[in-house]
Amino acid sequence: MTEWILFVVLSVIAIGSAVMMLVGRNPVHCALWLVLTFFCVAGFFLTLGAPFLAAVQIIVYTGAIMILFLFVVMLVNPEREGEPAVPASHRRAGLTLAAVLLVVMVGAITTRSGLGAIPTEPGGVTLRQVGTALLTEWMLPFELTSVLLLVAMIGAIVLARRRIE
Amino acid sequence: MATETKQTSEPDGVLRLGGPGLAAEPTGDIHEIETDHLEVSMGPQHPSTHGVLRLKVKLDGEWVTEVQPEIGYLHRGVEKIAENRTYFQFLTITDRLDYVAAMACNAAYAVAVEKLAGLTVPPRAELCRVIVQELDRIASHLVSVGTYGLDLGATSPFIYAFRDRETILDLLEMVCGARLTYSYIRVGGVARDLPEGEWRTRFRQFLDEFPPMLDEQDTLLSENEIFLLRTRGVGVLPPEVAVNYGTSGPVLRGSGVAYDVRRSKPYGLYPQLDFNVVTRPTGDCLARYQVRVEEMRQSVKILRQCDQLLDEIPPGEVLAKGARGVKPAAGEAYASVESPRGEMGVYLISDGSNKPYRLKWRSPSFVNLSVLSAIGRGWKVADLVAIIGSIDPVFGDVDR
Amino acid sequence: MEYVVMAAKAVVVFALVSGSMPFIVWAERKVMADAQARIGPNRVGPFGILQSFADALKLIFKEDVVPTGIDKRIFYLAPILSIIPALITFAVVPYGGPDLKLFGYPVGYVADLKDVGILYVFAVTTLGVYGIVLAGWASNNKYSLMGALRSSAQMISYEILLGLSIMGVVIGSGSLSLVEIVQAQATPYFGVIPGIWLFAQPLGFLIFLIASLAEANRVPFDLPEAESELVAGFHTEYSSFKFAMFFMAEYINLLTLSGVITTLFLGGWLGPGVDRFPILGVLYFSVKTVALVYFFIWLRATLPRLRYDQLMRFAWKVMLPAALINIFITAYWVAR
Repeated sequence: MTEWILFVVLSVIAIGSAVMMLVGRNPVHCALWLVLTFFCVAGFFLTLGAPFLAAVQIIVYTGAIMILFLFVVMLVNPEREGEPAVPASHRRAGLTLAAVLLVVMVGAITTRSGLGAIPTEPGGVTLRQVGTALLTEWMLPFELTSVLLLVAMIGAIVLARRRIE
Repeated sequence: MATETKQTSEPDGVLRLGGPGLAAEPTGDIHEIETDHLEVSMGPQHPSTHGVLRLKVKLDGEWVTEVQPEIGYLHRGVEKIAENRTYFQFLTITDRLDYVAAMACNAAYAVAVEKLAGLTVPPRAELCRVIVQELDRIASHLVSVGTYGLDLGATSPFIYAFRDRETILDLLEMVCGARLTYSYIRVGGVARDLPEGEWRTRFRQFLDEFPPMLDEQDTLLSENEIFLLRTRGVGVLPPEVAVNYGTSGPVLRGSGVAYDVRRSKPYGLYPQLDFNVVTRPTGDCLARYQVRVEEMRQSVKILRQCDQLLDEIPPGEVLAKGARGVKPAAGEAYASVESPRGEMGVYLISDGSNKPYRLKWRSPSFVNLSVLSAIGRGWKVADLVAIIGSIDPVFGDVDR
Repeated sequence: MEYVVMAAKAVVVFALVSGSMPFIVWAERKVMADAQARIGPNRVGPFGILQSFADALKLIFKEDVVPTGIDKRIFYLAPILSIIPALITFAVVPYGGPDLKLFGYPVGYVADLKDVGILYVFAVTTLGVYGIVLAGWASNNKYSLMGALRSSAQMISYEILLGLSIMGVVIGSGSLSLVEIVQAQATPYFGVIPGIWLFAQPLGFLIFLIASLAEANRVPFDLPEAESELVAGFHTEYSSFKFAMFFMAEYINLLTLSGVITTLFLGGWLGPGVDRFPILGVLYFSVKTVALVYFFIWLRATLPRLRYDQLMRFAWKVMLPAALINIFITAYWVAR
């Protein structure tokens, strides 16, 4: 019962702040709403008995990624940049994509196993299980992801590097 | 290498000075990410601009691309005031110029008037002058070196420096009753002879106790790896530039030029005294710091000789006859002394009355500060703080 | 009942941690004064011990200046975001062992998060950056913004080091729980040398110590508020109680990090006789923590400040490789 109440409260906050993030005008405020959403996601992990994931969610997303987001947003002067004009065709394409994605997700969730079927073990997911899974069964995707991140980082450095001797 | 200094010649032959950040100029070829330069006003109310200096700084991230000192916040029209006061009266105003080393200001003015009026200073007064000037030089360098540590974030050396300065201020207070604005060196001599008895004991005690204390304080900075990282190779001032800008004092000697007014244009008792003109070849912030510390040791050496001379030159007249109502014949004169900050010169024109027709104060802080926009570019903001501190301007002196 | 005990422990620890803050400030001023041939505060109360309370009162009654042209909501939010993480970190730091019981309930720690433990500490300390970054941005002041930028870059870099440097301890203890990490230090080496991780993980200890200094914005890493360059950095525009909150957060962080270092590397509550009298553990923990606080103050009295690029270079080019080497050596030693 407690879990249900928590779930509902967290969901309302998560969706609410996600909406606020979308409609907000001030980029810094938007970023902060996103932070709140991430917190709720961490809360979901906790209710699902995965405290490790919750901690990692906060450390990685709110602690590192969002700080870097803020970092960039703060350096951009919103008054001078103004709202970039979005062509109508882009809007239409975006809306279509979003609709398709929504259909796919809803379809996937309802047809396969349903919302309530996310497995929660009584003791929760232990750190040992996470580690074993990452380094045996999911070894290749795990390594590929890190290579992807490395590529992105090198790309960013190359793009930003302008002090050439 | 962060310690490297760029000196590139532009196509138009203009010498460009500054730090490693000068290479930050866009080089074309690759698509540029458009970035803004941040314009910051450092001062006049800023904790590390040593008074009311205002710097217009243009920043590219943490790099300083342009620095422009804005002065005049402490301008009091001292040179104009001089025209409305008699030669003897004006002396008290000179205290308010370089207020960290008021004795040097007194001396510069007194020497100039004496040259203009042809007054002869009694030998005992000359000795008193050297003693108080050297004590004051130590006090001033202590302020400079102590606050320099503070600029770089080290708090303790500052307190140690002020503890030792306190002893000197006590000594000077016993001499003339003031701790900051002395007005002790007068036109034609000094206000009164040095006190005997307790003063002498404390003076000797200071000469014995100060050098080890200075070593202790110096160790905290010059043997600290972080301090060396912050100062070595930073803000390099090449000797020819230092000379071209007319700098003097520790700023010039830190660039390896052995120019000291006490040696190059001797005045008073200095020709008889044995001391070294301290120089360092590198011209960076560390060199200027080291020159100041070493100069304090040299001042102690001078003071030890003066201590002996105090017994050799008998007490007697300390003020030249006719100094009070001095009325120089029409003409002009320039004389200078070595203040802790460099050549402090006074140029006087007399129209034959008892007031100067015109007075021009050559203030070493003002001239030294002028190199800032040349050597301050291309360094980080933090380096800029280190460079200002190493130039050591005093704003009473800069703005006059 | 369990929740009541938990809440009671939380309240007591919260009160003790925030209540000790004025004394840390006082201690800092006294120790600094001692190092600098001064007397320090000596007027308010015996040995000036009430000076901090007087200062706090004064700050509260000061005018609260809110600059124009700022983002008000964030300006008000920032100090709160900065003090909350500082206060809640102590929840997982064990100040007494599991044997320390009051009316049958373990009171040696507020919570022992089995699978999270030290990660909770990191998760919470990363949030502290928000207060600083937002304060710097919301103030609409160039110096504040520069302070905020510096601090976010600095804290993210050094958080990585905090995480990497304790990997050796975590591998060696086989747990993330702070209680279990302390228990893993109970067996002495060769039967005589205390089994604390300081001796087995000297490199990890050193890196963690330096990274905590950076994380707490202490000298020689106090660049975000380097007063000689950035006036007061991110809190330049803050006054009155909002400033007091930043100030409190800073000193509570100092205490918390000392507590965490004590737990990870100095054996936490462990000490002679603690098996028979568990209450001694609280004493041992306090003594070790206070010694570390003293060490941090001592550093402040001694060292100048690094330059921004030197600080970053030090983190990425010196400390990061050292931390990685430390992990490799430990992993090899454990897997052997």
